[in-house]
Amino acid sequence: MTVTAPPVVIETPPAIATPVRAGAGSKVLAWVIMLAGVLYFFAPLVATGERAFRAIGRTFSFEAFRRVITDPEFLRTFGESVINAVATIVVSLLVIVPTAYWVTLKVPKLRSIIEFITLLPFVIPAVVLVFGLIRMYSRPPLAILGSYGSTRIILICAYAALSFPYMYRSVDNGLRAINVRTLTEAAQSLGATWPTIVWRVIFPNLRVALLSGALLTFAIVIGELTVALYLGQHTFGPFMSNLVRNFVAEPAALTILSFAMTWGAMGFISYLTRRQPGKRRMRRRP
Amino acid sequence: MTSLTSTSVEGQRPPRSWNWVGILPFLLFSSAFLLGPAIILLVRSLQANEGGWTLGNYRQLIDPQVLEAYGLSVRISIVTAVVGGVFGFLLAWAIIYGGLPRVFRSLLTTFSGVASNFAGVPLAAAFIFTLGRIGMITALFGFFGIDLYDSDFSLYNFWGLTVVYMFFQFPLMVLTITPALEGLKKEWKEASENLGATSWQYWRHVALPVLMPSILGTIILLFGNAFGAHATAYALTGGTLRLATILIGAQISGDVLQNQGLGYAVAMGMVLIMGLSIGLYTILQRRAERWLA
Repeated sequence: MTVTAPPVVIETPPAIATPVRAGAGSKVLAWVIMLAGVLYFFAPLVATGERAFRAIGRTFSFEAFRRVITDPEFLRTFGESVINAVATIVVSLLVIVPTAYWVTLKVPKLRSIIEFITLLPFVIPAVVLVFGLIRMYSRPPLAILGSYGSTRIILICAYAALSFPYMYRSVDNGLRAINVRTLTEAAQSLGATWPTIVWRVIFPNLRVALLSGALLTFAIVIGELTVALYLGQHTFGPFMSNLVRNFVAEPAALTILSFAMTWGAMGFISYLTRRQPGKRRMRRRP
Repeated sequence: MTSLTSTSVEGQRPPRSWNWVGILPFLLFSSAFLLGPAIILLVRSLQANEGGWTLGNYRQLIDPQVLEAYGLSVRISIVTAVVGGVFGFLLAWAIIYGGLPRVFRSLLTTFSGVASNFAGVPLAAAFIFTLGRIGMITALFGFFGIDLYDSDFSLYNFWGLTVVYMFFQFPLMVLTITPALEGLKKEWKEASENLGATSWQYWRHVALPVLMPSILGTIILLFGNAFGAHATAYALTGGTLRLATILIGAQISGDVLQNQGLGYAVAMGMVLIMGLSIGLYTILQRRAERWLA
Protein backbone atom coordinates (compact mmCIF):
# COMPACT_ATOMS: atom_id res chain seq x y z
CA MET A 1 0.00 0.00 0.00
CA THR A 2 1.16 3.47 -0.68
CA VAL A 3 0.17 4.51 2.79
CA THR A 4 3.46 3.42 4.19
CA ALA A 5 4.51 5.68 6.98
CA PRO A 6 3.08 4.41 10.26
CA PRO A 7 2.25 6.65 13.18
CA VAL A 8 4.78 9.12 11.94
CA VAL A 9 3.66 12.32 10.39
CA ILE A 10 6.22 14.89 9.44
CA GLU A 11 7.22 16.29 12.76
CA THR A 12 8.38 19.77 13.39
CA PRO A 13 12.09 19.94 12.79
CA PRO A 14 13.61 19.80 16.23
CA ALA A 15 15.16 22.81 17.80
CA ILE A 16 18.84 22.92 17.07
CA ALA A 17 20.60 20.76 19.61
CA THR A 18 23.79 21.84 21.20
CA PRO A 19 26.76 21.31 18.93
CA VAL A 20 28.23 17.92 19.53
CA ARG A 21 31.89 17.20 19.44
CA ALA A 22 32.65 14.30 17.20
CA GLY A 23 35.93 12.44 17.11
CA ALA A 24 37.81 12.24 13.82
CA GLY A 25 37.00 8.57 13.45
CA SER A 26 33.30 8.96 13.90
CA LYS A 27 33.31 11.97 11.61
CA VAL A 28 34.78 9.88 8.79
CA LEU A 29 32.25 7.15 9.50
CA ALA A 30 29.42 9.69 9.46
CA TRP A 31 30.53 10.98 6.07
CA VAL A 32 30.76 7.47 4.64
CA ILE A 33 27.23 6.62 5.85
CA MET A 34 25.84 9.89 4.55
CA LEU A 35 27.51 9.36 1.20
CA ALA A 36 26.09 5.85 0.89
CA GLY A 37 22.63 7.19 1.70
CA VAL A 38 22.92 10.01 -0.82
CA LEU A 39 24.13 7.62 -3.55
CA TYR A 40 21.37 5.11 -2.90
CA PHE A 41 18.78 7.85 -2.89
CA PHE A 42 19.94 9.73 -5.95
CA ALA A 43 20.84 6.85 -8.26
CA PRO A 44 17.18 6.00 -9.09
CA LEU A 45 16.39 9.68 -9.55
CA VAL A 46 19.34 10.27 -11.86
CA ALA A 47 18.54 7.14 -13.86
CA THR A 48 14.89 8.14 -14.15
CA GLY A 49 15.79 11.69 -15.08
CA GLU A 50 18.18 10.45 -17.73
CA ARG A 51 15.40 8.36 -19.31
CA ALA A 52 12.85 11.13 -19.05
CA PHE A 53 14.97 13.84 -20.60
CA ARG A 54 17.07 11.90 -23.08
CA ALA A 55 15.52 8.67 -24.20
CA ILE A 56 13.72 10.21 -27.13
CA GLY A 57 16.11 11.43 -29.77
CA ARG A 58 19.16 10.95 -27.52
CA THR A 59 19.50 14.65 -26.83
CA PHE A 60 18.15 16.65 -23.93
CA SER A 61 14.50 17.38 -24.53
CA PHE A 62 11.15 17.71 -22.84
CA GLU A 63 9.62 15.53 -25.53
CA ALA A 64 8.64 12.77 -23.08
CA PHE A 65 6.91 15.30 -20.83
CA ARG A 66 5.17 16.86 -23.82
CA ARG A 67 3.91 13.46 -24.94
CA VAL A 68 2.69 12.62 -21.47
CA ILE A 69 0.78 15.80 -20.78
CA THR A 70 -0.84 15.86 -24.18
CA ASP A 71 -1.95 12.25 -23.81
CA PRO A 72 -5.75 12.46 -23.35
CA GLU A 73 -5.67 9.32 -21.22
CA PHE A 74 -3.19 10.98 -18.86
CA LEU A 75 -5.30 14.11 -18.61
CA ARG A 76 -8.42 12.10 -17.91
CA THR A 77 -6.96 9.79 -15.28
CA PHE A 78 -4.91 12.48 -13.62
CA GLY A 79 -7.89 14.82 -13.52
CA GLU A 80 -9.99 12.09 -11.97
CA SER A 81 -7.35 11.39 -9.34
CA VAL A 82 -7.04 15.07 -8.44
CA ILE A 83 -10.80 15.27 -7.91
CA ASN A 84 -10.70 12.06 -5.87
CA ALA A 85 -7.88 13.45 -3.75
CA VAL A 86 -9.69 16.71 -3.06
CA ALA A 87 -12.91 14.85 -2.24
CA THR A 88 -10.95 12.53 0.08
CA ILE A 89 -9.47 15.51 1.91
CA VAL A 90 -12.89 17.14 2.34
CA VAL A 91 -14.49 13.91 3.63
CA SER A 92 -11.58 13.20 5.94
CA LEU A 93 -11.62 16.72 7.39
CA LEU A 94 -15.39 16.65 7.86
CA VAL A 95 -15.14 13.42 9.82
CA ILE A 96 -11.95 14.05 11.78
CA VAL A 97 -12.03 17.73 12.78
CA PRO A 98 -15.39 17.78 14.60
CA THR A 99 -14.59 14.42 16.19
CA ALA A 100 -11.14 15.44 17.42
CA TYR A 101 -12.52 18.76 18.69
CA TRP A 102 -15.42 17.08 20.48
CA VAL A 103 -13.18 14.48 22.06
CA THR A 104 -10.72 17.08 23.32
CA LEU A 105 -13.48 19.22 24.74
CA LYS A 106 -16.15 16.85 25.99
CA VAL A 107 -15.19 13.22 26.10
CA PRO A 108 -11.43 12.96 26.68
CA LYS A 109 -12.05 9.49 28.13
CA LEU A 110 -12.87 8.23 24.65
CA ARG A 111 -9.62 9.54 23.19
CA SER A 112 -7.85 6.20 23.28
CA ILE A 113 -10.72 4.48 21.45
CA ILE A 114 -10.65 7.10 18.70
CA GLU A 115 -6.87 6.86 18.49
CA PHE A 116 -7.10 3.10 18.20
CA ILE A 117 -9.62 3.25 15.36
CA THR A 118 -7.66 5.87 13.44
CA LEU A 119 -4.61 3.60 13.58
CA LEU A 120 -6.47 0.63 12.10
CA PRO A 121 -5.28 1.33 8.53
CA PHE A 122 -1.85 0.17 9.69
CA VAL A 123 -3.35 -3.12 10.80
CA ILE A 124 -5.63 -3.60 7.80
CA PRO A 125 -3.46 -3.36 4.67
CA ALA A 126 -5.04 -1.69 1.65
CA VAL A 127 -5.32 -4.95 -0.25
CA VAL A 128 -7.25 -6.53 2.61
CA LEU A 129 -9.45 -3.45 3.01
CA VAL A 130 -10.43 -3.45 -0.64
CA PHE A 131 -11.13 -7.18 -0.41
CA GLY A 132 -13.55 -6.53 2.45
CA LEU A 133 -15.13 -3.53 0.74
CA ILE A 134 -15.85 -5.60 -2.35
CA ARG A 135 -17.43 -8.36 -0.27
CA MET A 136 -19.43 -5.88 1.77
CA TYR A 137 -20.79 -3.69 -1.00
CA SER A 138 -21.36 -6.05 -3.90
CA ARG A 139 -24.30 -7.95 -2.45
CA PRO A 140 -27.72 -6.89 -1.27
CA PRO A 141 -28.61 -5.13 0.94
CA LEU A 142 -25.60 -2.96 0.21
CA ALA A 143 -25.07 -3.58 -3.51
CA ILE A 144 -23.40 -0.24 -4.18
CA LEU A 145 -20.56 -1.40 -6.42
CA GLY A 146 -22.86 -1.77 -9.41
CA SER A 147 -21.97 1.40 -11.28
CA TYR A 148 -18.69 3.22 -11.84
CA GLY A 149 -19.95 6.38 -10.16
CA SER A 150 -21.15 4.74 -6.97
CA THR A 151 -17.97 2.66 -6.78
CA ARG A 152 -16.05 5.91 -6.97
CA ILE A 153 -17.81 7.10 -3.83
CA ILE A 154 -16.71 3.94 -2.03
CA LEU A 155 -13.15 4.55 -3.28
CA ILE A 156 -13.14 8.10 -1.91
CA CYS A 157 -14.52 6.99 1.46
CA ALA A 158 -11.94 4.20 1.65
CA TYR A 159 -9.19 6.72 0.93
CA ALA A 160 -10.58 8.97 3.66
CA ALA A 161 -10.46 6.03 6.09
CA LEU A 162 -6.88 5.26 5.03
CA SER A 163 -5.95 8.91 5.65
CA PHE A 164 -7.22 8.80 9.26
CA PRO A 165 -3.85 8.02 10.87
CA TYR A 166 -2.25 11.08 9.28
CA MET A 167 -5.23 13.38 9.51
CA TYR A 168 -6.09 12.57 13.13
CA ARG A 169 -2.47 12.82 14.21
CA SER A 170 -2.11 16.17 12.54
CA VAL A 171 -5.38 17.64 13.86
CA ASP A 172 -4.85 16.25 17.35
CA ASN A 173 -1.36 17.78 17.50
CA GLY A 174 -2.86 21.07 16.37
CA LEU A 175 -5.58 20.94 19.03
CA ARG A 176 -3.06 20.19 21.75
CA ALA A 177 -1.06 23.24 20.76
CA ILE A 178 -3.98 25.63 21.33
CA ASN A 179 -6.15 25.96 24.39
CA VAL A 180 -9.39 24.59 23.03
CA ARG A 181 -11.43 24.98 26.19
CA THR A 182 -10.48 28.60 26.83
CA LEU A 183 -11.06 29.57 23.22
CA THR A 184 -14.44 27.86 23.17
CA GLU A 185 -15.56 29.38 26.46
CA ALA A 186 -14.42 32.83 25.37
CA ALA A 187 -16.37 32.52 22.13
CA GLN A 188 -19.42 31.22 23.97
CA SER A 189 -19.38 34.07 26.45
CA LEU A 190 -19.41 36.45 23.51
CA GLY A 191 -22.51 34.72 22.23
CA ALA A 192 -21.07 32.62 19.43
CA THR A 193 -23.04 29.61 18.25
CA TRP A 194 -21.44 26.19 17.78
CA PRO A 195 -21.01 26.45 14.00
CA THR A 196 -19.47 29.90 14.46
CA ILE A 197 -17.05 28.56 17.06
CA VAL A 198 -15.87 25.70 14.90
CA TRP A 199 -15.73 27.70 11.70
CA ARG A 200 -14.35 31.04 12.94
CA VAL A 201 -12.37 30.15 16.04
CA ILE A 202 -11.14 26.55 15.87
CA PHE A 203 -10.59 26.21 12.13
CA PRO A 204 -8.37 29.29 11.71
CA ASN A 205 -6.26 28.18 14.66
CA LEU A 206 -5.76 24.78 13.10
CA ARG A 207 -4.86 26.04 9.64
CA VAL A 208 -1.34 24.66 9.61
CA ALA A 209 -2.36 21.29 11.03
CA LEU A 210 -5.21 20.95 8.55
CA LEU A 211 -3.03 21.92 5.61
CA SER A 212 -0.33 19.43 6.63
CA GLY A 213 -2.83 16.63 6.91
CA ALA A 214 -4.43 17.59 3.61
CA LEU A 215 -1.14 17.75 1.71
CA LEU A 216 -0.01 14.40 3.04
CA THR A 217 -3.34 12.87 2.07
CA PHE A 218 -3.02 14.36 -1.39
CA ALA A 219 0.46 12.95 -1.86
CA ILE A 220 -0.75 9.49 -0.88
CA VAL A 221 -4.01 9.43 -2.82
CA ILE A 222 -2.89 10.93 -6.10
CA GLY A 223 -1.00 7.87 -7.39
CA GLU A 224 -2.65 5.17 -5.27
CA LEU A 225 -2.78 1.82 -7.04
CA THR A 226 -4.13 -1.04 -4.94
CA VAL A 227 -7.62 0.12 -3.96
CA ALA A 228 -8.30 1.77 -7.32
CA LEU A 229 -7.09 -1.29 -9.20
CA TYR A 230 -9.39 -3.79 -7.52
CA LEU A 231 -12.34 -1.41 -7.53
CA GLY A 232 -11.84 -1.12 -11.29
CA GLN A 233 -11.35 2.65 -11.24
CA HIS A 234 -9.53 4.33 -14.12
CA THR A 235 -7.37 6.61 -12.03
CA PHE A 236 -3.79 7.80 -12.27
CA GLY A 237 -2.23 4.86 -10.37
CA PRO A 238 -3.53 2.07 -12.62
CA PHE A 239 -2.79 4.25 -15.67
CA MET A 240 0.87 4.63 -14.64
CA SER A 241 1.10 0.96 -13.79
CA ASN A 242 0.04 -0.02 -17.32
CA LEU A 243 2.39 2.48 -18.90
CA VAL A 244 5.42 1.21 -16.98
CA ARG A 245 5.14 -2.14 -18.69
CA ASN A 246 4.81 -0.81 -22.21
CA PHE A 247 6.88 2.35 -22.58
CA VAL A 248 10.17 3.76 -21.41
CA ALA A 249 10.35 7.52 -21.68
CA GLU A 250 6.77 8.34 -20.74
CA PRO A 251 6.69 6.47 -17.41
CA ALA A 252 10.04 8.08 -16.60
CA ALA A 253 8.49 11.50 -17.12
CA LEU A 254 5.51 10.49 -14.98
CA THR A 255 7.83 9.25 -12.23
CA ILE A 256 9.65 12.57 -12.21
CA LEU A 257 6.31 14.38 -12.02
CA SER A 258 5.10 12.17 -9.15
CA PHE A 259 8.31 12.68 -7.30
CA ALA A 260 8.10 16.43 -7.76
CA MET A 261 4.54 16.39 -6.41
CA THR A 262 5.48 14.36 -3.33
CA TRP A 263 8.51 16.53 -2.72
CA GLY A 264 6.42 19.68 -3.17
CA ALA A 265 3.82 18.48 -0.68
CA MET A 266 6.41 17.48 1.93
CA GLY A 267 8.48 20.62 1.41
CA PHE A 268 5.38 22.75 1.85
CA ILE A 269 4.46 20.90 5.05
CA SER A 270 7.85 21.44 6.63
CA TYR A 271 7.79 25.10 5.51
CA LEU A 272 4.37 25.54 7.14
CA THR A 273 5.31 23.85 10.39
CA ARG A 274 8.50 25.82 10.62
CA ARG A 275 6.92 29.24 10.30
CA GLN A 276 4.04 28.37 12.57
CA PRO A 277 3.51 31.08 15.19
CA GLY A 278 4.50 30.10 18.67
CA LYS A 279 7.03 27.55 17.49
CA ARG A 280 10.66 28.30 17.83
CA ARG A 281 12.08 29.23 14.47
CA MET A 282 15.00 27.56 12.85
CA ARG A 283 17.93 29.86 12.64
CA ARG A 284 18.23 29.32 8.95
CA ARG A 285 16.11 27.89 6.27
CA PRO A 286 17.46 25.26 3.96
CA MET B 1 -26.55 21.72 23.39
CA THR B 2 -25.43 20.97 26.92
CA SER B 3 -23.60 23.62 28.85
CA LEU B 4 -19.87 23.52 28.68
CA THR B 5 -18.91 22.91 32.28
CA SER B 6 -20.86 20.21 33.95
CA THR B 7 -20.47 21.23 37.56
CA SER B 8 -22.90 19.12 39.47
CA VAL B 9 -24.59 20.43 42.52
CA GLU B 10 -23.35 18.64 45.58
CA GLY B 11 -25.19 15.55 46.58
CA GLN B 12 -27.06 15.48 43.33
CA ARG B 13 -26.18 12.96 40.67
CA PRO B 14 -24.97 14.59 37.46
CA PRO B 15 -27.45 14.12 34.62
CA ARG B 16 -26.68 11.28 32.29
CA SER B 17 -24.24 12.57 29.72
CA TRP B 18 -25.08 12.41 26.07
CA ASN B 19 -21.72 13.77 25.00
CA TRP B 20 -20.64 10.50 23.42
CA VAL B 21 -23.24 11.09 20.69
CA GLY B 22 -20.80 13.62 19.21
CA ILE B 23 -18.44 10.91 18.04
CA LEU B 24 -21.23 8.88 16.46
CA PRO B 25 -20.60 10.15 12.90
CA PHE B 26 -16.98 9.08 13.19
CA LEU B 27 -17.94 5.65 14.52
CA LEU B 28 -20.48 5.15 11.73
CA PHE B 29 -18.02 6.18 9.04
CA SER B 30 -15.29 3.93 10.45
CA SER B 31 -17.72 1.02 10.67
CA ALA B 32 -18.76 1.44 7.07
CA PHE B 33 -15.31 1.77 5.54
CA LEU B 34 -12.77 0.33 7.95
CA LEU B 35 -14.14 -1.97 10.63
CA GLY B 36 -17.06 -3.31 8.60
CA PRO B 37 -15.00 -4.68 5.72
CA ALA B 38 -12.58 -6.31 8.17
CA ILE B 39 -15.40 -7.87 10.18
CA ILE B 40 -17.07 -9.19 7.01
CA LEU B 41 -13.81 -10.93 6.09
CA LEU B 42 -13.51 -12.33 9.61
CA VAL B 43 -17.06 -13.71 9.54
CA ARG B 44 -16.65 -15.20 6.07
CA SER B 45 -13.34 -16.79 7.08
CA LEU B 46 -15.22 -18.64 9.82
CA GLN B 47 -17.90 -19.94 7.47
CA ALA B 48 -17.67 -23.08 5.41
CA ASN B 49 -18.31 -22.70 1.70
CA GLU B 50 -21.35 -24.92 2.10
CA GLY B 51 -22.60 -22.88 5.06
CA GLY B 52 -22.24 -23.30 8.81
CA TRP B 53 -19.42 -22.26 11.11
CA THR B 54 -15.98 -23.83 10.83
CA LEU B 55 -12.29 -23.36 11.56
CA GLY B 56 -11.52 -25.44 8.49
CA ASN B 57 -10.45 -22.42 6.44
CA TYR B 58 -7.71 -21.69 8.96
CA ARG B 59 -6.61 -25.30 9.00
CA GLN B 60 -6.11 -25.06 5.24
CA LEU B 61 -3.59 -22.25 5.67
CA ILE B 62 -0.93 -24.97 5.50
CA ASP B 63 -1.63 -25.11 1.76
CA PRO B 64 1.84 -24.96 0.09
CA GLN B 65 0.86 -21.99 -2.09
CA VAL B 66 -0.21 -20.02 0.96
CA LEU B 67 2.78 -20.97 3.09
CA GLU B 68 5.12 -20.00 0.29
CA ALA B 69 3.50 -16.57 -0.08
CA TYR B 70 3.58 -15.93 3.67
CA GLY B 71 7.16 -17.18 3.81
CA LEU B 72 8.30 -14.86 1.07
CA SER B 73 6.53 -11.89 2.68
CA VAL B 74 8.02 -12.67 6.08
CA ARG B 75 11.54 -13.08 4.71
CA ILE B 76 11.44 -9.88 2.70
CA SER B 77 9.94 -7.96 5.61
CA ILE B 78 12.56 -9.22 8.08
CA VAL B 79 15.49 -8.49 5.78
CA THR B 80 14.32 -5.00 4.80
CA ALA B 81 13.32 -4.17 8.38
CA VAL B 82 16.67 -5.20 9.88
CA VAL B 83 18.92 -3.81 7.15
CA GLY B 84 16.76 -0.68 6.70
CA GLY B 85 16.59 -0.27 10.46
CA VAL B 86 20.32 -0.52 11.01
CA PHE B 87 21.14 1.76 8.10
CA GLY B 88 18.44 4.27 9.09
CA PHE B 89 19.79 4.31 12.64
CA LEU B 90 23.34 4.91 11.41
CA LEU B 91 22.12 7.75 9.18
CA ALA B 92 20.20 9.36 12.03
CA TRP B 93 23.29 8.99 14.23
CA ALA B 94 25.49 10.50 11.51
CA ILE B 95 23.43 13.66 11.17
CA ILE B 96 22.89 14.18 14.89
CA TYR B 97 26.18 13.09 16.42
CA GLY B 98 28.53 12.67 13.47
CA GLY B 99 29.58 16.31 13.19
CA LEU B 100 28.22 16.73 9.68
CA PRO B 101 27.31 20.20 8.40
CA ARG B 102 23.95 21.20 9.77
CA VAL B 103 22.35 21.58 6.37
CA PHE B 104 22.29 17.78 6.00
CA ARG B 105 19.98 17.52 8.91
CA SER B 106 17.00 19.43 7.56
CA LEU B 107 17.65 17.95 4.13
CA LEU B 108 17.53 14.42 5.48
CA THR B 109 14.37 15.11 7.48
CA THR B 110 12.51 16.45 4.45
CA PHE B 111 13.91 13.73 2.23
CA SER B 112 12.79 11.05 4.69
CA GLY B 113 9.29 12.48 4.67
CA VAL B 114 9.28 12.28 0.88
CA ALA B 115 10.86 8.86 0.49
CA SER B 116 8.80 7.16 3.19
CA ASN B 117 5.72 8.21 1.22
CA PHE B 118 7.16 7.52 -2.20
CA ALA B 119 6.00 3.95 -2.66
CA GLY B 120 3.98 2.29 -5.36
CA VAL B 121 4.16 2.71 -9.10
CA PRO B 122 6.65 5.61 -9.37
CA LEU B 123 9.06 3.85 -7.04
CA ALA B 124 8.89 0.65 -9.06
CA ALA B 125 9.42 2.60 -12.27
CA ALA B 126 12.41 4.49 -10.88
CA PHE B 127 14.14 1.23 -10.00
CA ILE B 128 13.36 -0.33 -13.37
CA PHE B 129 15.33 2.54 -14.94
CA THR B 130 18.12 1.96 -12.41
CA LEU B 131 18.51 -1.78 -11.92
CA GLY B 132 16.27 -3.29 -14.57
CA ARG B 133 17.77 -5.11 -17.52
CA ILE B 134 18.41 -1.85 -19.33
CA GLY B 135 18.84 0.20 -16.17
CA MET B 136 21.59 2.72 -15.64
CA ILE B 137 23.43 0.89 -12.85
CA THR B 138 23.07 -2.40 -14.73
CA ALA B 139 24.67 -0.70 -17.73
CA LEU B 140 27.37 0.76 -15.52
CA PHE B 141 28.24 -2.71 -14.22
CA GLY B 142 28.14 -3.98 -17.80
CA PHE B 143 30.67 -1.31 -18.74
CA PHE B 144 33.09 -2.86 -16.24
CA GLY B 145 32.36 -6.30 -17.63
CA ILE B 146 30.03 -7.45 -14.87
CA ASP B 147 26.64 -8.75 -15.87
CA LEU B 148 24.42 -8.23 -12.83
CA TYR B 149 21.83 -10.58 -14.22
CA ASP B 150 24.42 -13.35 -14.54
CA SER B 151 24.36 -13.71 -10.79
CA ASP B 152 21.33 -14.47 -8.69
CA PHE B 153 20.27 -10.87 -8.85
CA SER B 154 17.21 -9.72 -10.69
CA LEU B 155 15.13 -6.65 -9.97
CA TYR B 156 12.09 -8.87 -10.19
CA ASN B 157 13.00 -11.44 -7.54
CA PHE B 158 13.57 -11.47 -3.80
CA TRP B 159 16.80 -9.46 -3.83
CA GLY B 160 15.51 -6.89 -6.29
CA LEU B 161 12.40 -6.22 -4.24
CA THR B 162 14.56 -5.98 -1.12
CA VAL B 163 16.64 -3.21 -2.68
CA VAL B 164 13.48 -1.38 -3.77
CA TYR B 165 11.69 -1.66 -0.41
CA MET B 166 14.74 -0.20 1.29
CA PHE B 167 13.88 3.11 -0.37
CA PHE B 168 10.90 3.62 1.94
CA GLN B 169 12.15 1.52 4.85
CA PHE B 170 15.25 3.35 5.99
CA PRO B 171 13.70 6.84 5.75
CA LEU B 172 10.92 5.65 8.03
CA MET B 173 13.58 4.49 10.50
CA VAL B 174 15.24 7.90 10.31
CA LEU B 175 11.94 9.68 11.02
CA THR B 176 11.01 7.43 13.93
CA ILE B 177 14.38 7.07 15.62
CA THR B 178 15.58 10.69 15.37
CA PRO B 179 13.46 11.93 18.29
CA ALA B 180 14.75 9.04 20.42
CA LEU B 181 18.36 9.85 19.55
CA GLU B 182 17.75 13.48 20.40
CA GLY B 183 16.32 12.42 23.74
CA LEU B 184 19.71 11.14 24.92
CA LYS B 185 20.74 13.44 27.72
CA LYS B 186 24.01 15.31 27.54
CA GLU B 187 24.56 14.55 31.22
CA TRP B 188 24.84 10.81 30.52
CA LYS B 189 27.62 11.42 28.03
CA GLU B 190 29.40 13.78 30.41
CA ALA B 191 29.03 11.39 33.31
CA SER B 192 30.47 8.50 31.38
CA GLU B 193 33.33 10.68 30.14
CA ASN B 194 34.09 11.73 33.70
CA LEU B 195 34.25 8.08 34.63
CA GLY B 196 36.80 7.55 31.88
CA ALA B 197 34.61 5.84 29.29
CA THR B 198 35.55 6.02 25.65
CA SER B 199 33.03 7.09 23.08
CA TRP B 200 32.54 3.47 22.07
CA GLN B 201 31.99 2.40 25.68
CA TYR B 202 29.44 5.18 26.13
CA TRP B 203 27.46 3.98 23.12
CA ARG B 204 27.84 0.32 23.97
CA HIS B 205 26.91 0.51 27.65
CA VAL B 206 24.78 3.65 28.02
CA ALA B 207 23.23 5.00 24.84
CA LEU B 208 22.37 1.78 23.02
CA PRO B 209 20.74 0.05 26.01
CA VAL B 210 18.58 3.13 26.55
CA LEU B 211 17.70 3.26 22.86
CA MET B 212 17.15 -0.46 22.44
CA PRO B 213 13.36 -0.51 22.97
CA SER B 214 12.99 2.31 20.41
CA ILE B 215 15.25 0.56 17.91
CA LEU B 216 13.53 -2.80 18.28
CA GLY B 217 10.10 -1.21 18.20
CA THR B 218 10.84 0.69 15.03
CA ILE B 219 12.31 -2.38 13.35
CA ILE B 220 9.06 -4.20 14.11
CA LEU B 221 7.18 -1.23 12.67
CA LEU B 222 9.26 -1.51 9.49
CA PHE B 223 8.43 -5.21 9.37
CA GLY B 224 4.72 -4.40 9.29
CA ASN B 225 5.33 -1.64 6.78
CA ALA B 226 6.90 -4.06 4.32
CA PHE B 227 4.53 -6.90 5.12
CA GLY B 228 1.44 -4.91 4.15
CA ALA B 229 2.95 -3.38 1.00
CA HIS B 230 1.25 -4.35 -2.23
CA ALA B 231 1.44 -1.59 -4.85
CA THR B 232 5.22 -1.50 -5.25
CA ALA B 233 5.56 -5.25 -5.73
CA TYR B 234 2.56 -5.34 -8.05
CA ALA B 235 3.85 -2.51 -10.22
CA LEU B 236 7.32 -4.04 -10.33
CA THR B 237 6.51 -7.65 -11.11
CA GLY B 238 2.94 -7.51 -12.33
CA GLY B 239 2.08 -10.07 -9.69
CA THR B 240 4.60 -12.77 -10.58
CA LEU B 241 6.41 -12.56 -7.25
CA ARG B 242 3.91 -14.18 -4.91
CA LEU B 243 3.91 -12.19 -1.69
CA ALA B 244 0.99 -12.61 0.70
CA THR B 245 -0.49 -9.28 -0.44
CA ILE B 246 -0.09 -10.25 -4.10
CA LEU B 247 -1.79 -13.57 -3.38
CA ILE B 248 -4.75 -11.74 -1.82
CA GLY B 249 -4.92 -9.45 -4.84
CA ALA B 250 -4.97 -12.44 -7.17
CA GLN B 251 -7.67 -14.02 -5.02
CA ILE B 252 -9.79 -10.86 -5.36
CA SER B 253 -9.61 -10.84 -9.13
CA GLY B 254 -9.86 -14.55 -9.82
CA ASP B 255 -10.10 -16.96 -6.87
CA VAL B 256 -6.64 -18.40 -7.58
CA LEU B 257 -6.84 -20.51 -4.43
CA GLN B 258 -10.03 -22.08 -5.78
CA ASN B 259 -11.41 -21.78 -2.31
CA GLN B 260 -13.23 -18.63 -1.24
CA GLY B 261 -13.02 -19.45 2.44
CA LEU B 262 -9.27 -19.95 2.36
CA GLY B 263 -8.90 -16.54 0.71
CA TYR B 264 -10.64 -14.91 3.67
CA ALA B 265 -8.45 -16.83 6.10
CA VAL B 266 -5.30 -15.65 4.28
CA ALA B 267 -6.53 -12.04 4.58
CA MET B 268 -7.28 -12.44 8.29
CA GLY B 269 -3.89 -14.04 8.89
CA MET B 270 -2.38 -10.92 7.40
CA VAL B 271 -4.43 -8.68 9.71
CA LEU B 272 -3.34 -10.79 12.68
CA ILE B 273 0.35 -10.45 11.84
CA MET B 274 -0.01 -6.71 11.23
CA GLY B 275 -1.92 -6.30 14.48
CA LEU B 276 0.76 -8.17 16.43
CA SER B 277 3.55 -6.05 15.00
CA ILE B 278 1.77 -2.74 15.61
CA GLY B 279 0.86 -3.89 19.13
CA LEU B 280 4.44 -4.88 19.90
CA TYR B 281 5.65 -1.57 18.49
CA THR B 282 3.28 0.34 20.79
CA ILE B 283 4.42 -1.60 23.86
CA LEU B 284 8.10 -1.06 23.09
CA GLN B 285 7.51 2.65 22.37
CA ARG B 286 5.89 3.01 25.77
CA ARG B 287 8.84 1.30 27.40
CA ALA B 288 11.21 3.61 25.59
CA GLU B 289 9.45 6.65 27.00
CA ARG B 290 10.59 5.73 30.50
CA TRP B 291 14.04 7.08 29.76
CA LEU B 292 13.62 9.25 26.73
CA ALA B 293 10.43 11.18 27.48
